[in-house]
Amino acid sequence: MTLQNQIPTNEIVEFSDVEKAQIDKLLLENPHISGVSIDALKIIQNHRSWVSDACILSLSQYLDLPLSDLESVATFYNLIFRQPVGKVVLHPCDGISCDLMGGEHIRKCLSNKLEINNGQTTKDNQFTLISLPCLGACDKAPVMIANETLFELIQEKNLPLIINNLKEAISK
Amino acid sequence: MNSKQKNCPKKPLTRFITDDDNCWQLNQYKSFGGYEGLQQALTLSGSAVLDEIKESNLRGRGGAGFPTGLKWSFVPQGDDAPHPKYMIVNADEMEPGAFKDRLLLEKTPHQIIEGLIIGGYTLDADIGYIFIRGDYYTAIERIELALKECYNNNLLGRNILGSGFNFEIHIHTSAGRYICGEETALINSLEGKRANPRAKPPFPQVAGLWGKPTIVNNVETFCNLPHILNFGATWFKSLGRFKDAGTKIFGVSGRVKTPGLWELPMGTPIGEIIENYAGGMCDGYKLKGYLPGGGSTDFLLEKHLDTPMDYDEIGKQRSRMGTGTIIVLDDKYCPVAMVLNLVKFFAQESCGWCTPCRDGLPWAAVLLEKIEQGKGELADIQQLEDLCKFAAPGNTFCALAPGAVEPLQSALVFFRVDFEQHIEQQSCPYCNSDNLEDGDDK
Ligand SMILES: Cc1cc2nc3c(=O)[nH]c(=O)nc-3n(C[C@H](O)[C@H](O)[C@H](O)COP(=O)(O)O)c2cc1C
Ligand code: SF4
Ligand code: FES
Repeated sequence: MTLQNQIPTNEIVEFSDVEKAQIDKLLLENPHISGVSIDALKIIQNHRSWVSDACILSLSQYLDLPLSDLESVATFYNLIFRQPVGKVVLHPCDGISCDLMGGEHIRKCLSNKLEINNGQTTKDNQFTLISLPCLGACDKAPVMIANETLFELIQEKNLPLIINNLKEAISK
Repeated sequence: MNSKQKNCPKKPLTRFITDDDNCWQLNQYKSFGGYEGLQQALTLSGSAVLDEIKESNLRGRGGAGFPTGLKWSFVPQGDDAPHPKYMIVNADEMEPGAFKDRLLLEKTPHQIIEGLIIGGYTLDADIGYIFIRGDYYTAIERIELALKECYNNNLLGRNILGSGFNFEIHIHTSAGRYICGEETALINSLEGKRANPRAKPPFPQVAGLWGKPTIVNNVETFCNLPHILNFGATWFKSLGRFKDAGTKIFGVSGRVKTPGLWELPMGTPIGEIIENYAGGMCDGYKLKGYLPGGGSTDFLLEKHLDTPMDYDEIGKQRSRMGTGTIIVLDDKYCPVAMVLNLVKFFAQESCGWCTPCRDGLPWAAVLLEKIEQGKGELADIQQLEDLCKFAAPGNTFCALAPGAVEPLQSALVFFRVDFEQHIEQQSCPYCNSDNLEDGDDK
């Protein structure tokens, strides 16, 4: 573990029993430890909503993998969040088929409504806005993913309802 | 093969899809003849199955159109072949404008699994992976359930259907990067590494995942296998309207009346797909151009609409069939803005390994943005042309960068006037177009 001081933390976190059980299950299924690293990061994110430096350090100890390997993987992929995010992450599509159908306008409206730019989180910590490339639903453009749900054929006038429904979903 | 008596379908890939929400489940899939292709395969030797696949002229549906049988024939066979051998379904689908694999994943997970088991049997592979986009939630859920159904029904695991063949399948959900779709980058990602492509040779067929023989094919490619086994190579070849064999899921997005996906014969002319199936342009919009096969293919124009969706024929028009999902550019959307959107995407998704891609694509995006904002100079066009050449095939480590500049290089030819107008009037001639506003009510 000589690589520890490459990142500015010596903090570690204690994984919950559920997290450990899920990671252990991966290890059982996969004979190569490094093969589980991405899935393990996703498990942690599922439980903690983002992956902190301390989580990465702890995971490297738990899996006995070099910290630099995990760090390089965690920073490569779009869907591993390395900063805290709000309760719901809104992923409006910024792919070309959506933009041809007014997607850019929808993203601007979202930004205005939530008073945040792309990549930011609302003050009340409810929403983070991160646009994603083509979501593979181009015939239903413009689209957005939030809370594991795909919203299709979005129109400006529907945005308040979509946001309200999401707010209700997280307050439950 | 002995299939003459059978009722041969014209649209094999979508014949399992009904209005029933549960049509993806095992009992329904079986009621339409699902897993009969596998049963047929298990009566043959692996090499006989491979011969049938070669004979069918099936070409990979992931973009490059490489002959599947030929690709598979490089995998070492026989008693001293290395094991475990891996067979991987590429379900990453992140190409801009591509949405065909989602349909197959959500509606026919068993068709993909059946194809994968047949592939495994053919090459005496041990382990299958389905590498799927992390945000295809419905698809992931159904694939997981479908795999469970298979294990419970002796379609996976040990001694499959009493044949003595053992095969297991795992699912890997991607953490999201377009480059993961490139097959050697995908393999690195499965090994828990950054998804940089690998140098070839060695080819994955010989040394792929964990150094073992590995085949990676597209979702749709695998979906064709059960039918080729079931109804025979001769039938498969007869489906195409031109040289290429079989059918394909074609799609159209953009300002057309009925965007969507349709299974049609290979060789269906582009114009027929846009007019007859996508309903033609929305009222008030004209066709300006289109990318015939997704975001990394060269623009074609109205005059090319007669071109059949056939790998070689589209190649003759200097574009590519790619994923077969057409993106339509209308006359009210700025072509410079369209290319800017695409180049920005590719710049962002570059894995950073080689210079023409890592530095060239962001630079092209800067120039395009400058032109789009009305600050461009004529010299910028020349620079863009140079950047396209730097990123040409052979100059980069993988096909991302060459694909990235395809829309740009063709736009510079076909829509040159638009680029020049931006520069002459120092503003975007399309900036008042209603495309930037909300879509019309549908
Ligand atoms: C940048 C890049 C992204 C790719 N993405 C995909 C993809 O999402 N799905 C896919 O099937 N093939 C994709 N490919 C093509 C694969 O490298 C590979 O050729 C394909 O999976 C082979 O399958 P096939 O022969 O069945 O088409 C991509 C290639 C490149 C260069
Ligand atoms: S062309 Fe781009 S994506 Fe491909 S290896 Fe080079 S930098 Fe990476
Ligand atoms: S471009 Fe938005 S879903 Fe494809």
